[in-house]
Amino acid sequence: MHELSLCRSIHDIVDRARDGRRVSAVNLRVGQLRQVVPETLAYCWGLVCAEGPLEGSELVVDHVPVVLSCRDCGEDTTATHTLVLTCATCGSGSVDLVSGEELLVTSLDLVKEHI
Amino acid sequence: MGRFHRHDDGTGHDHDHDHDHGHDVGDLTSYETGTERVVVLERIFDENDRAAAANRAALDGAGVRAVNLMSSPGAGKTTLLVHALEHLRDVGLRAGVVEGDIETSIDADRLAGLGAQVSLLNTGDGFGGECHLDAPMVARALERLDLDLLDVLVVENVGNLVCPAEFDVGAHRRVMVASITEGEEKPLKYPVMFRSVELVLVNKMDLLPHLDFDLDLFRRNVASVNPDAEILEVSARTGEGLDAWHAWLRSVVAG
Repeated sequence: MHELSLCRSIHDIVDRARDGRRVSAVNLRVGQLRQVVPETLAYCWGLVCAEGPLEGSELVVDHVPVVLSCRDCGEDTTATHTLVLTCATCGSGSVDLVSGEELLVTSLDLVKEHI
Repeated sequence: MGRFHRHDDGTGHDHDHDHDHGHDVGDLTSYETGTERVVVLERIFDENDRAAAANRAALDGAGVRAVNLMSSPGAGKTTLLVHALEHLRDVGLRAGVVEGDIETSIDADRLAGLGAQVSLLNTGDGFGGECHLDAPMVARALERLDLDLLDVLVVENVGNLVCPAEFDVGAHRRVMVASITEGEEKPLKYPVMFRSVELVLVNKMDLLPHLDFDLDLFRRNVASVNPDAEILEVSARTGEGLDAWHAWLRSVVAG
């Protein structure tokens, strides 16, 4: 679905940040509410990197769980699944999202060039 | 606002800003022989969001209020839009439409002759065909519209309950159509979409006597993922409930 768009954006970010150096892995942080299918993302990454300087690099995804802060009881709880965003302690639906919507490139692993 | 959060490793701390990026500072050294890690910390949607902000600024500069209209395929966006354009024309508001469609101009053709400027975006031009509109695409569509002659712009997104929810296109307001033939559980299956909108139009209400659709359950499901969402019951076919939706649209222009 939109994984191809995401990979194009990731490619642009990485290509700028690598500054001519060779990249072995791209580390992402992806919240579970981001509707990203890991297999599709990996497949699309291969497509956008084909025959370019990032070909062969790996996408490594750090999945961030959905954490909700309850406005009623004040507890922070991790959502067991993303379908119903309610407080796991008191069941209130009045919650603020603490994490789960992240979508960023956190770092790159660069190949050390030996001189 | 300071916000406490916890990391996967169980540590926690407060931030003095909204948390939309990570703090991946635990391991900046080489974690395996032959590589070195450099921190980037760049949001993947930054480029889209910058383009969205530019779109919004262009619209604001021309005094145009924009609505991003989303739904699954076949929920009735275009039929609702036909009625909305007729209404806006009748009350003297000048409307424009950015029409997202993967391949055809069928929807854009249906909107012709209603007094609105229509800019068609076929998303199938790229390889694979996009399933959503993003801000750079909408920017191209805006170039083909005379914004100074508009009061309101409706961005009719590609029919899809997943991807369009993720992309800010630069609209001021976000609305979705959910038809009762899709079942009560859609808010639970697509919480990101239902969370992203402020108004849910429940369409095809004229079919209610023929379906087992449980409207109360649907409302509870919407509330469970988005307690703040407004819900309006409509039928694009019979016109039921359209007055409230059109009043909402007029209020967007006024605001």
